[in-house]
Amino acid sequence: MMLREIDRKFHEKSGPGRGQKPDIGSESYLQTVSRRFKRHHLAAVSLIVLAVIVGAAILAPFIAPYDPNDIAGPFAQGPSKEFWLGTDQIGRDVLSRLLYATRVSLLVGVMATLISTVIGVLLGLVAGYFGGIADMIIMRFTDMVMSFPYILLVLVAAAVFKPGMWNIIWILGFVDWPGIARLVRGNVLNLRETNFVKSNIVAGMPLRHILFSEILPNTVAPILVYATSVLALSILDEAALSFLGQGVQPPASSLGNMLNGAQSLTVLTTQPWLWIPPGLLIVVVVMAINFIGDALRDALDPNSGR
Amino acid sequence: MYRGASESGTGGKGIVIVEKENIPLIRVEDLKKYYPVKGGIITHTTGYVKAVDGVSFSVMRGQTLGLVGESGCGKSTIGRQLVGLEIPTEGKIYYDGVDLTLLQKDRKQMREVRTKLQMIFQDPYSSLNPRKHIYEILAQPMLYHRIASKDTVEKEILRLLDMVGLPRTVLGRYPHEFSGGQRQRIGIARALSLNPEFIVCDEPVSALDVSIQAQILNLLKELQKELGLTLLFVGHGLGAVNYVSDQIAVMYLGKIVEYGEAREIFNHPVHPYTQALLEAVPIPDPREKGRERSLLQGEIGSSTCPPEGCRFHPRCPYATKQCRQVVPEMQEIGQTVGSNVVQAAALDSSKAGVRTRTIQQSMHLAACPVAGFHGVRQEP
Repeated sequence: MMLREIDRKFHEKSGPGRGQKPDIGSESYLQTVSRRFKRHHLAAVSLIVLAVIVGAAILAPFIAPYDPNDIAGPFAQGPSKEFWLGTDQIGRDVLSRLLYATRVSLLVGVMATLISTVIGVLLGLVAGYFGGIADMIIMRFTDMVMSFPYILLVLVAAAVFKPGMWNIIWILGFVDWPGIARLVRGNVLNLRETNFVKSNIVAGMPLRHILFSEILPNTVAPILVYATSVLALSILDEAALSFLGQGVQPPASSLGNMLNGAQSLTVLTTQPWLWIPPGLLIVVVVMAINFIGDALRDALDPNSGR
Repeated sequence: MYRGASESGTGGKGIVIVEKENIPLIRVEDLKKYYPVKGGIITHTTGYVKAVDGVSFSVMRGQTLGLVGESGCGKSTIGRQLVGLEIPTEGKIYYDGVDLTLLQKDRKQMREVRTKLQMIFQDPYSSLNPRKHIYEILAQPMLYHRIASKDTVEKEILRLLDMVGLPRTVLGRYPHEFSGGQRQRIGIARALSLNPEFIVCDEPVSALDVSIQAQILNLLKELQKELGLTLLFVGHGLGAVNYVSDQIAVMYLGKIVEYGEAREIFNHPVHPYTQALLEAVPIPDPREKGRERSLLQGEIGSSTCPPEGCRFHPRCPYATKQCRQVVPEMQEIGQTVGSNVVQAAALDSSKAGVRTRTIQQSMHLAACPVAGFHGVRQEP
C-alpha cells in the first residue's frame, strides 16, 4: 500500500515527460544507446558517410550513368565532363563500375559477416551452455581454424571451388567465425550461472527458450561490436582476394578487382583515376565501419554509466 | 495426481500409499552431493568435495523448514537439488510420495512436477533478465505451461502483482528500474506464477536492506498462510530463519547436527554449534554492548577431507577424545527421551517402502554425544 504510494510519487517527480503514463517514465534501452552513440562525433559522421555509400550502392542501377560492362568511350581516358572518373583500359566508365563494385563488395562483406556470425553464435552457444565434451571438441576445432594461415586457406579454397562472388562469400563466412564463437562462449559461460537462467530451468522452460530468449539477447551487444570488425575485415579480404585474381571475376567489378589494374606500373604512374577511387573507397568504408564499431562498444557497454 | 506415475516409475519397489495428511510433502533421505575434484597431469578425479553428505529430513504440508548453517555447509546445495538444478549423487527426494530422483530421467513427467517446486533466489539483482520487462518475465513461463492463455495472462499477472504488493503499473518496466526489495517481490511473483506447492527460499533476504528484510519475510509468511505453501527456508542467520520456520535443521559441513521444532531449538539449543550460532545473533540492545560472547574460533573445515569423528570437533569447546573418533548419531533430546524418532526413521528407510513415522510435535534431535552434559544453553 505504502509502497505503491511512494512509487507513484517517485515517478511523477522524476519522469521526463510529466503528463505521461507513469510506466514509461524512463527512457528505453534503445534511446540510451542512441544518445550515447551520438556523443561520438566521428562515429556519427561515419554513419552518415556509410549511409550515403550504401545508398549509392543500392541505387547503382538507377544512378549509374552507363552500363558498367559497356564500352562507352575511348580507352583509358582521364576524368572529363562525360566520364567523371574517366574510363578504363577497354573504355568502360569508371564511375559506373565503382558504384557496382561497391555494391558487390558490401554484399560480400555483409553476407560473409552474417554467415560467420550465425556459425559462431550457434557453436559458441552450444559450447558454452553444455560444456564438457561438446565444449572441448568445438573449442579445439575453433583453435584449429584460428591457427590456420587463413589467407592461404582462402586462396586454396578459392582455387578449389572456382572463384566467384558467392563462393567468396561462403569461404569468408567459414573462416571468420572463430572469434565470434569464442566471444559468445565466454559470455554464455557467465550467463549460464546467473539466477535468471536458473530460474527458467526451475520453471521448466524448454532449452530453445533458455538459449535464444534468455541468453542470446544478453550477448547481442558484444556480438554486434565484434561483427563490425568482421565486416570490415571481410571487405578487406574480398579486396585482397580479388586483387590477386581469386575473388570476384571480371567482367563483374568489385573494389578489389578494380585495383587489379594497378598491378602494372604504367597504370600506377600515369592513370591514377583507375586505382585511387576504389582504393580510397575501401579505406573510407573500412574506417567508417571501425569507428562505428568503437562507438557501439561504448554505447552498448552497460558499465559506462550515463 | 503424480502418484500413479510414480508407481509405474519406481517399478517393483512399491511406495506405500499413506493418507495425504500423514505423508510429508517433501521427504529427503540420505541425500548426498559429491563434486569431483579434477587434478593431476592427465586430468582425473583426485577427490570429492562432499557438499552434502547424508542428509535426511521431511517437511509437512503447509509448514516451513529452516535450514541454517554458515557459508559452505551445503545448505544451498540441498535447495538446488530439491528443485532439480542439481542431480543428487545419492539418496532420495520424495515429493508427495513420488521419488524425484527417478523422475529426473523422465523429462515429460519431470516438467509437470517441476512447476510444483519453485525457488526464490538470494540475489535479486541477477535473478531477473535485464533485457526483459516484467510482463515478459512473468508471462512466458505461464504461457508455456498453459497455466494461463493469451487472454487471461494479463489478469493473472495483475493478480500476482497485487499478491506480492507491487503496483500494477510496473508491467512495462525493466528490472534495473526497481530496488532490491521490489525485485525480490518480482522474484516471488515469478515463483508463485506456476502455482507451486513447495518453494525453496535460498537466503531470500540476505542481499536486502535490513528494513526491507522484515517486509519480505512478512510477505512470505502471509503468502504461505494464504496459499497453503510449503517452504524450505535457507539462511545463515538464526534470527530470520526462526521467525519464519516451524522446524529448523542446523547444518555443519554437509551434515545436519540438530533438527527439531523451531521454538525448541531457539530456546534450548543442544548442539554446541547451534549454541554458537545463537550467540552470534546480534542483540539490538545497548545494555548488551559489553557482553562477552563466546564466538567460534577458526574456519569451517574442508569438505574435501572432513575431520574424523564429529565434524565439528576441531572448533568445539567441549570436544573430548571420543569426539575425534566416533561419528555421532542423531539422538533424541529432552523430555521425550525414549521415543527415538530419528533412529526409527533411519532404520525404516533402509527397508524400502516403509513410511516414516509422523513427526511428533516435541521432536528435537542433535548429533552430539556429550550434549547431555551441557544440554541447556547457559544463561549469561
